[in-house]
Amino acid sequence: MATLIQTLPFLVDGLLTTLLVSACVIALSLIVGLPLGCVLAFGPLWARAPIRLYADFVRGVPILVLLYFVYYGLPAIKLNLPSLLAAIVALTAFKSAQIIEITRGSFQSIPTGQTEAAKAIGLTLFDRFTHVLAPQAVRRFLPPFVNSVVDTVKGSSLVSLLGIVDLMLSLQQVIGRTHVALPLYLIGALMYFAINFPLSALSRRLEKRFV
Amino acid sequence: MANYHFNFAIVWRYAGKLFDGLWLSLELAAASIAIGMAIGLVLALISLDGPKWARPLIAAYVEFVRNVPLLLLVYLVFYGIPSAVDLQYDAVTSFVATLSIYSGAYLVEVMRAGLEAVPRGLIEAGKAIGLTPMKVLWHVRLPTAMRIALPSLSNTYVSLFKDTSIASAIAVPELAYGMRWIETQTFRTVEVYLLATPIYLITSYAILLLLRLAERRYSIAR
Repeated sequence: MATLIQTLPFLVDGLLTTLLVSACVIALSLIVGLPLGCVLAFGPLWARAPIRLYADFVRGVPILVLLYFVYYGLPAIKLNLPSLLAAIVALTAFKSAQIIEITRGSFQSIPTGQTEAAKAIGLTLFDRFTHVLAPQAVRRFLPPFVNSVVDTVKGSSLVSLLGIVDLMLSLQQVIGRTHVALPLYLIGALMYFAINFPLSALSRRLEKRFV
Repeated sequence: MANYHFNFAIVWRYAGKLFDGLWLSLELAAASIAIGMAIGLVLALISLDGPKWARPLIAAYVEFVRNVPLLLLVYLVFYGIPSAVDLQYDAVTSFVATLSIYSGAYLVEVMRAGLEAVPRGLIEAGKAIGLTPMKVLWHVRLPTAMRIALPSLSNTYVSLFKDTSIASAIAVPELAYGMRWIETQTFRTVEVYLLATPIYLITSYAILLLLRLAERRYSIAR
């Protein structure tokens, strides 16, 4: 028990790295994914085609392979990223593909009658977007988005395989030193659970309320 | 990029590792999905028709597994459990067990939604023609629920196939492991990825395509 308490600060350090990676990935994916998702929903074919190709490509490959590709593969073409940056780039590439899909889905599930009605009362393109489409899309966007935040926190554990000391790797290191495996894995699981469960519950509540 | 000299010959010599790996990945996915479907179906039925006290237990299982990284569960089963109890199993068994438990937690929800969406009238019609509850389940509820759940099942199956890549973390020689192995042997990094990535892509979309065809044939619009 005493050893377990001693290891806690170390695990908390790892947890902070997990949260940092997840937060960066979510923020960057929103910046990349939201505009591209809007283009995929409303844009002309020549703009939609490359985005669709990108999203379908990324979603057909495991995250782990993307991580390896960015960290081990890109240096071969002289693009050498430090591990933390490589991890964030790879996870962002994956997450933004999901955000693109969620954004597109949120807009496309709004009945066309809404746009037609907005046009009929003479709203401009900008007003249609800000007063009619966007408010409805946000409600459809939020539940799957919060779910995908949970997936990000879970997926961030893969960065441990690149040698980044997140919660997962700090667990492995502590177990390597103390040889107390099962209790530590369970503590780690509870730490992940403590972050993700409230988010999952929030996602369900949002879904009940909005959809 | 301009200065990179491609040398596929040396990677091609080891390509067998990739195809063996792909085959093992497919086997891991198939075994885990089969066991996961059994877990999901049984637990969905229990939480719908079973005793009330079973419901929070099933919810606890679903919530725990769904909110913890798969990699941690893989380590927990492979390193954690044998360290505490006297149990011996190899990496493949350990991974299949983990992925089954993991997929079960997702499939419970899918199957429960499917079972709940079976129209009451169908079940009542089954009763009316004198089927026993077991026969109603087998001939009416399950086939209808499966057909309703098909679209959600397809997505889960594809993501489970991709999740088999995590088995490489405990040195199961599946596709991602073979990929890394060739890379460290030959240092032909770009060539390995140019070969392995399409294998994943083509397989994922082949699975999706097959399931979409099944959907077109069997699916019931809700």
